[in-house]
Amino acid sequence: MTKEKTLGITKTEYFKFDELKLESGLVLAPVTLAYETYGRLNEDKSNAVLVEHAFSGDAHAAGFHEGDKDPGWWDSLIGPGKGIDTDKYFVICANVISGCKGSTGPSSVNPKTGQPFGLDFPIVTIADIVKAQKYLIDYLGIKKLLCVTGGSMGGMQVLQWVTSYPKHIHSAIPIATALKHSPQQIAFDEVGRQAVMADPSWNEGNYYGKQKPERGLAVARMIGHITYMSDKSMEEKFGRKLKDKDQQFKFTADFEVEGYLRHRGDSFVKRFDANSYLYITKAMDRFDLSGDKFIPKDKHVDVKFLVIAFKSDWLYPAYQSQDIVRLLKARGLDATYCEVNSTYGHDAFLLEIDEQTHLIKHFLTRVSKNYEA
Amino acid sequence: MKLDSLRLDEKIIYNIIEPNSKVLDLGCGDGELLYLLTDGKKVKAQGIELSEEAIYKCVEKGLSVFHTDIDSGLSEYPNAAFDYVILNQSMQEVKKIEYVLEEALRVGKKVIVGFPNFAYIRARLQLFFGGKSPVTKSLPHYWYDTPNIRFLSASDFKDYCNRKGVKILAARYLGKRKEIFFWPNLFASSAIFIITK
Repeated sequence: MTKEKTLGITKTEYFKFDELKLESGLVLAPVTLAYETYGRLNEDKSNAVLVEHAFSGDAHAAGFHEGDKDPGWWDSLIGPGKGIDTDKYFVICANVISGCKGSTGPSSVNPKTGQPFGLDFPIVTIADIVKAQKYLIDYLGIKKLLCVTGGSMGGMQVLQWVTSYPKHIHSAIPIATALKHSPQQIAFDEVGRQAVMADPSWNEGNYYGKQKPERGLAVARMIGHITYMSDKSMEEKFGRKLKDKDQQFKFTADFEVEGYLRHRGDSFVKRFDANSYLYITKAMDRFDLSGDKFIPKDKHVDVKFLVIAFKSDWLYPAYQSQDIVRLLKARGLDATYCEVNSTYGHDAFLLEIDEQTHLIKHFLTRVSKNYEA
Repeated sequence: MKLDSLRLDEKIIYNIIEPNSKVLDLGCGDGELLYLLTDGKKVKAQGIELSEEAIYKCVEKGLSVFHTDIDSGLSEYPNAAFDYVILNQSMQEVKKIEYVLEEALRVGKKVIVGFPNFAYIRARLQLFFGGKSPVTKSLPHYWYDTPNIRFLSASDFKDYCNRKGVKILAARYLGKRKEIFFWPNLFASSAIFIITK
């Protein structure tokens, strides 16, 4: 399935509001949310779909930014005639707070000091991230979202929307995600954080305007990329293929997989802030909606679900999605679960487009039927 | 998709189910029966199906389905969560069938069970005179490619219900094109039981 139609040029916008009271009791003020929208909001405002980005994503989900040769991170799924059809739906995507892609985060200027926050930035939770998005939705004049969807950390935000604002969403599509991180997931995040903090340039988070902790952040990203792939997808992509023959140094990247990881690490440090890395991974690790927290028994929730997992995903294994489904069954909620047979590992939510297009397109058509916001 | 496109056993099940009820179909396949039930009888339908291809077809029809096996798909549901649980033409393939039947009876007020009758006359004749494992329309597989792991007759199932104290509300027997009323354990190629606790 090749889709030639795209959204064309898209642009990031900024929504500013006075303050955000955080779960910790601290207040973040003022707050900026970077966001993009695609398609048109219909008259009764019943066609809004909120797309949630994953850990290193941003508000630029689809279309092209002026002068860019690569489109947004979920362009294959969002656009005219695509899985999330912008001819039908009004799509919104916002950068998470504590991020570094235009929303307020540790690299933003602290109004109290006139310097970047660094580690003075307060601890932010997934619930805080979602709360900020709720302000944006209010500002856009939308009472109830037709759907909230996203993969990985984006899926956590989807689940958090259900818990925080069940009356303001009609349906939810959590993809390759979990109600809480397992010790294994926390462990990988911790190794990443340690790599960042072990870099002398990190300097307790105080590196703005100076040498950045690029080595540490690059190593953290390399570990991340290993967990996003599968044994099989790495075998298929790299095998044991060698890079160049002429070696300059004993520990040059001999194998293609080494070159790939180095490249991924190096390009990541150009676009990502090391402190954001620490804050966001911590927000994911602390996230826990297991048990009765997700949909408390005394709460009336009527949200329709499509839960998607991928067979070879070992970072967010299918059993974690099945845990979500189990809670939905126990609560008698309308739900569909599909475990897509993929070899891509966790990356599948960005790569298995045909299957997701089919599932999401038909699901959205169904939940749109007879729906009034 | 019309009612006429359904198999005889599915038509019978369609007619059994009351409008506006809650239905769980274990092994719902492409979801044709569930689709017609939601369309024609406004039932609230949920399917469970193992085949990924079939899941895509169900979603295309706007159905809610869980991609999982029948054996592990029921334990989370509260008691009497459904008016009907359908277990049609899949029971003979299920490993932990006693457990699944118990669970189906727990989560469903009524359970509709459909299966091929191993004591059907053509099967008996093939076994008796041919000396070979029977291959019939309702048992269309050879010994080496059959997904069936149990071979039971309508009478076997009745015995089971009696022994376990399961109430049989109704039993229907099917031939090739029509229902069978005379000596069903011999002349019916498949059977449908409506049972309850």
